[in-house]
Amino acid sequence: MMQDGGMNRLRASALIRHEVGLHARPSVKLTKLAKAFESKIDLGLSPDGPWVDAKSIVKVMATKAPKDSTLYFRAEGSDAEAALDALVTLVNEDFPDGP
Amino acid sequence: MKGNVGIVIVSHSADVARGTALMVEQMVGREVPLGWCGGDPDGGLGTSVEAILAAIDKAWSEQGVAILVDLGGAETNSEMAIEMLPESRRSRVVVCNAPVVEGAVMAATEAASGAPLDVVRRTAEELTPA
Repeated sequence: MMQDGGMNRLRASALIRHEVGLHARPSVKLTKLAKAFESKIDLGLSPDGPWVDAKSIVKVMATKAPKDSTLYFRAEGSDAEAALDALVTLVNEDFPDGP
Repeated sequence: MKGNVGIVIVSHSADVARGTALMVEQMVGREVPLGWCGGDPDGGLGTSVEAILAAIDKAWSEQGVAILVDLGGAETNSEMAIEMLPESRRSRVVVCNAPVVEGAVMAATEAASGAPLDVVRRTAEELTPA
């Protein structure tokens, strides 16, 4: 995780290993998790964006990130660090089924 | 207000409605109140106002209910069902202008976060080209 420029915005990234990429079920899981945090969270397929709102299921699903692509996150807000930790863990653990 | 917005799926086909409900349950989870109906009482294709009312009742939430429909009669019968609801509930039920399967999954994902009815509806309708 790293600080983004001079702004109070954090960044993180994770490699997506899920067999068919960021398809329907992983997209739903990612969006639901992002929505659990107050921070503004963006998702991109490159470190420079373009960025989409990670809390928008329609936009997350439309990224169609394939297997072996890297997901980039940036978050801004009081719980940004926890949000990025949770999202990176979700991707690294290959989108396990929640409780 | 407490709880998540409920989702109702109305299709001409019982199989489509049941399958869509299964997708919502398995992709999004069970934290969203869910009702579905499809087909006529003889097992053919169709929709019925009574069945839609029962599905709304099953999915009822104080936060309201978003209905996803497939074609023609599913929409008009859903609107008729809404008109037959008690006045206190009528303003808290909307029919979304969205494809039934995709709209149901998107709406439920939004609803699972506790979003209000107008946001749930807007998310489902994001799928529909303007």
